Amino acid sequence: MNKGYEAVIGLEVHVELKTKTKIFCSCTTEFGGSPNTHVCPVCLGLPGVLPVINEKVVEFGVRTGLALNAKVPNYSKFDRKNYYYPDLTKNFQTSQFDLPICEHGFLDIEVDGIVKRIGITRAHMEEDAGKLVHSGKTISSSYSSNVDYNRVGVPLLEIVSDPDLRSSEEAKEYVDSLRRILTYIDISDCKMEEGSIRADANVSVRKIGASEFGIRTETKNLNSLKALQKAIEYEIERQIEVLEDGGVIEQETRTWDDEQGITLAMRSKADAHDYRYFPEPDLPPIILSDEYIEEVRASLPELPESRKKRLIEADGLSDYDANLIIADRHLADYYDQVRKEISDGKLIVNYLMGDYYRELGEAGLSFVTSPVKPEAFIELLQLILDKTISGKIAKEIIPIMIKEVKSPKSIVEEKGLVQISDSSELEGMILEVISNNPKAVEDYRAGKGNSIGFLVGQVMKASKGKANPALVNELLKKHLC
Amino acid sequence: MSKIREINTKLNSKEISAVELTTIYLDNLEKTSSIIGSYISTTKKEALAKAKMVDAQIAKGEEIGLLAGVPMGIKDNISTTGIETTCGSKILAGYKPIYNATVVERLYAAGGIILGKCNMDEFAMGSSNENSAYGIVKNPWDLTRVPGGSSGGSAATVAAREVVFSLGSDTGGSIRQPAGFCGVVGMKPTYGRVSRYGLIAYASSLDQIGPMANSVEDCAIVHDIISGYDRLDSTSANMKATSTLAALTKDIKGLKIGIPKEYFQGDEKVLATIRKALAKYEELGAIVEETSLPNTEYALAAYYIIASAEASSNLARFDGVRYGARDGSKKDVTEMMSGTRDKFFGQEVKKRIMIGTYALSSGYYDAYYLKALKARTILKRDFDQAFAKYDVLITPIAPTLPFKLGENIKDSITMYLGDICTVTINLVGIPGITIPCGFADGLPVGMQILGKPFSEELLFNVAHSFEQNTNYNSFKPEVAINE
Repeated sequence: MNKGYEAVIGLEVHVELKTKTKIFCSCTTEFGGSPNTHVCPVCLGLPGVLPVINEKVVEFGVRTGLALNAKVPNYSKFDRKNYYYPDLTKNFQTSQFDLPICEHGFLDIEVDGIVKRIGITRAHMEEDAGKLVHSGKTISSSYSSNVDYNRVGVPLLEIVSDPDLRSSEEAKEYVDSLRRILTYIDISDCKMEEGSIRADANVSVRKIGASEFGIRTETKNLNSLKALQKAIEYEIERQIEVLEDGGVIEQETRTWDDEQGITLAMRSKADAHDYRYFPEPDLPPIILSDEYIEEVRASLPELPESRKKRLIEADGLSDYDANLIIADRHLADYYDQVRKEISDGKLIVNYLMGDYYRELGEAGLSFVTSPVKPEAFIELLQLILDKTISGKIAKEIIPIMIKEVKSPKSIVEEKGLVQISDSSELEGMILEVISNNPKAVEDYRAGKGNSIGFLVGQVMKASKGKANPALVNELLKKHLC
Repeated sequence: MSKIREINTKLNSKEISAVELTTIYLDNLEKTSSIIGSYISTTKKEALAKAKMVDAQIAKGEEIGLLAGVPMGIKDNISTTGIETTCGSKILAGYKPIYNATVVERLYAAGGIILGKCNMDEFAMGSSNENSAYGIVKNPWDLTRVPGGSSGGSAATVAAREVVFSLGSDTGGSIRQPAGFCGVVGMKPTYGRVSRYGLIAYASSLDQIGPMANSVEDCAIVHDIISGYDRLDSTSANMKATSTLAALTKDIKGLKIGIPKEYFQGDEKVLATIRKALAKYEELGAIVEETSLPNTEYALAAYYIIASAEASSNLARFDGVRYGARDGSKKDVTEMMSGTRDKFFGQEVKKRIMIGTYALSSGYYDAYYLKALKARTILKRDFDQAFAKYDVLITPIAPTLPFKLGENIKDSITMYLGDICTVTINLVGIPGITIPCGFADGLPVGMQILGKPFSEELLFNVAHSFEQNTNYNSFKPEVAINE
């Protein structure tokens, strides 16, 4: 890195859990809604109310812990994090302090073909805060602020990494891998644009070879992967510059200004909150039996890394293709279902990621919203494999499958698209093409072998694409020699 | 007509209607509560509407429950839909909850008639009811003395026969001590026995709602209605409901009573009255022995640290942003929040918030809060050992008789020391009942009976057998109008 420095980065990722109801009450977690309509006495923190834990949140915490190779203890508890801010309804956040739902995990990332293991310090459950809506652009330029408590009590999982990341690329890869795992285990939508996954970056720099960490800053407000990368890069450069100029790094919290592309100091360590954590007296501790933890473990789907390995080793896919398939759990599941009937993995990938993917895009659909069931896709590939249809016809069928939601077989029958593999049926067309294209015939006979391609194309055209191209090729050669 | 069964019989036989009864009680309450200061607000409209519903039930020939048509007072820290609930604080002036506490739901469903919200020390912090932002409460037995606190209004209103029963809350003695000072029966159930949902929290791990009445039986009836599992309170015990009423057999032969010597310090007049009561128990067939709770000396400090720590967090939500009072003179939100708290919290509340904030601060947490938690564990062990030998423990409710208004209010330490007999019980989470056991200088003396967790049936029966063999609860203060 620059001037003999290396960066040390740890990330705190806040993930909004996709439970139907909030963490301590039965209000909906749905995004949006008119301000202060998804609220009740409990999430509004009215005097006298008490929280009741949503068991789904605990289950999601356990799922995450197990998917991140972490220890899930039998005993965990909630604590109160005390600070005053109007987006809180109780002026404390119910969170977890010293006994979180899971600890000591790891996640493998791959940058430039090299696999690196990133430690996960812990993940803890907590409630989200509300949203301040300022009349002006910033809080200081506003004459008034309103507060929307719809988001208060939406369950969050804060996943803290060890300071094992060394570059913005690694940080991006870490968040990407994390997102993939979390969507695989179905605990979050991980939509950065809706704020369902947010990251804070702890960054410090030190001379390469140094054993001590440098003084770190924490940068907040990183709402996209791009912002995350840019902010980390900016912080690394800024810190190196400060040190090179003989200065010292202030331990502080900074905020990312996306417009200016810089980080700005928010508050120094001296102004840091003393959160006065103490055990939440309104919630009993969370006691999880080994049986329960094992039950959750058994319910986990195959995770992306293991799937990728299987696709490469068992199905013979390339690294590139395997990455394409595992990028999305729904796609990977779809692939697996098709793969049960079709042994040629490469063929599946070609059709899935080629014409099918393109046509979906044109129809404004995705793998998730597509009406084409795996059964239909299997049927399509079987028609190709038993030579009932050509690849060319398959291309014609795919958009109809999507638009009209019909099985490929019924489309083939309706439109008479069955491939002609009967030589007697093709003879007439071939003789006609030969007599209509004397120039090409002459060229071929003169030794220009590639002109046969033109003649095959003409036969295909005459057959409206239904002729078996391999058979046409064979028959043409016979007639021309 | 101030006992539940009596009222029930008269309503069922149509000797009197619920509306007539309610009207009498409301009229008399208006006369005496202005002298005593027992209410922050009264609820005439709600009371008459609910009484009409009971009368309609009786007219239809429907069987009415024991509590139907019975006048009651609710401590002003228990949420009541549409009825101002101030916690005795200016900061909640005008605050009308949009939901009922679980106990209120249960009492309403049983037909209880709410006459008003009882006065209390602000946020239940106090032992004399001199900390209310809505005026002091006077002891009905001697209007120059305190009724005890923090449920001073709830105790005084029962003693003055303004209602048949009331609800109080007890964090460090706030039901039992005023019950003792006012000569009524007051029960603090086991932590988790009664739902706290809707009780505006002072110290969540100590708070418990309980009944106050003029007889053990009435207390038991109310206890049975309000207790039991509530899914809205994760700390409520998920166990089968008890019938303490059915357990009132009066038979206590062979009962082993322990007398913890650490609790027998203070005014000799109080102690002599308790000893006389213990002799009565022996006469009734119980075995009375002295015992020891050796770590009692740590209880007060542990209590004031834990209660204040929890309070500092529980009371953080009162900031003027969402409900209650607001300091409108400030322009900035942070200034508004601190201005509101500065202006509308009383002295005692601010003091405890500061103590609690300090005890939880980084660098002090281990020395104070954590140590207090350890003391709590040690105290639990004291009681476990005592209950291995004894069925119940009996103590005075306070080291003194009800003291004079203004006597201790300037001296926090003396005031806090007065809680020596009660706070440990909340730290340990066990049930405790206070019953009147005699008079000294014309003032009532209260006796506290303690039992293992969830031993309410036994405690009520032990209290009942004493009451049935003495006549202390047949006396009433002069100020009382109702029979």
